[in-house]
Amino acid sequence: MKYDKEWDVIVVGAGPGGSKCAHEFAKRGMKTLVIDKKQEIGAPKRCGEGLSMRWIRITGQKPNPKWALQEIRGAVLISPRGKKVVIDTSKTGQTGYIIERKMWEKELAAEAIRSGAKYMLKANVIDLIKEDDTVKGVVVERDGKEEQYFSKIVIAADGVDSRIARMAGIQTTIPLTECDSGYQYEMANVPIEDPYKMELYFGKEVAPRGYIWVFPKGKDIANVGIGIIGSSEKTAKFYLDRWLENNSRFKDASIIEINAGVIPVCAPIETMVANGLMVIGDAARMINPIHGGGIGSAMEAGIIAAEVGANAIREGDVTRDRLMEYQKRWHEVRGKEFERILKVRKFFEKLSDEQMEIIADAVDPKVLVELGHGKGLATVVKALIKASPSAAKFAMSFLK
Amino acid sequence: MVAVNNREKCLYCGGCVSVCPVMAIELKETQIVIDKDKCINCGACVRVCPVGAMEVKK
Repeated sequence: MKYDKEWDVIVVGAGPGGSKCAHEFAKRGMKTLVIDKKQEIGAPKRCGEGLSMRWIRITGQKPNPKWALQEIRGAVLISPRGKKVVIDTSKTGQTGYIIERKMWEKELAAEAIRSGAKYMLKANVIDLIKEDDTVKGVVVERDGKEEQYFSKIVIAADGVDSRIARMAGIQTTIPLTECDSGYQYEMANVPIEDPYKMELYFGKEVAPRGYIWVFPKGKDIANVGIGIIGSSEKTAKFYLDRWLENNSRFKDASIIEINAGVIPVCAPIETMVANGLMVIGDAARMINPIHGGGIGSAMEAGIIAAEVGANAIREGDVTRDRLMEYQKRWHEVRGKEFERILKVRKFFEKLSDEQMEIIADAVDPKVLVELGHGKGLATVVKALIKASPSAAKFAMSFLK
Repeated sequence: MVAVNNREKCLYCGGCVSVCPVMAIELKETQIVIDKDKCINCGACVRVCPVGAMEVKK
């Protein structure tokens, strides 16, 4: 395939954030090229594949049985000692789906393409073209050749292993304690009691500073995965394998896919823009620090970046100062929430298994749901201090 | 000493890239490429790897 050399926008990375962003740019009449280093969009997945309805809605899509495999209406949280806290969200409308991500991502790309965007796969961006401290395009390795492509704006949507932002001088390295190491099996013939609920297992022995999840993908298929603190001496694989081996439920189940990935649970990067460049999604570390979900916020950032970017291109001003509007607007809609959620994460990682049991016993499941949105922490902290005054010493500081 | 990638264990998720403080690692589709001249042997990639596919070798 031959491609034009000159574009309005080049999006690096064809994940949900990149494709949504490209779609929005293309809709605004911008000549848009999406470049991905992989040979297939959506694979291999680095994802538990849970997606809430509010994010499906912002794509403008309706849940399609081709990719929306299992409706989710709640969760079961399992404490270290095995207490089950059942959360039913069917009445609050906080529902979602376990999706077939590969199918869904290709559909997002197809939508962008129908709006006029072009895609280039198996093409590795090895450098940025810069002039007068401004990003002017990318150098691509493709088909064994080096090629240059020029654009007014480059979008770094190149995921957790992002290098584009760093090429533009933006610091994105994640400290080990600020990321989770993740590992997952997609398994078949898994007994599932309630396919409408996600299961989350907690405890220092189960998953240090994280949890094991069982996300039903139909009546007997499930993503069984784990996230643990990135600095753990033993691997995520070790913890998940041990849990599965000691769990008779999985004796007749077997693996149909293996996934791995590192999940940033830190604050987003401080600077999301440079002259001629914007960083979105996982590359900007825009991930919910409690549950590790990042699809929705990546798409949301992509939409904002395209709105700001298209206007900036029309005005002929793609300077850092002009593009800063994107960063400001993102902080307005999501930044504050993520700050609160980060605080929730920092509180929970201080808890002993005993204290977790106290919370499982004392706190209304409805409050626990809200923690994922950064709300209700004070209620949890107070309940813990009431039941276990010795916890006050560290817990009080989270009331501020 | 530099970090090396064990291709038999690696699932090429690129997690190691995100924690490398000196941008010495690159994920090229199904291959982890390590720039030996840049690697400072800090061990971050070894720790974070979900499957233990990174090692520090003499």
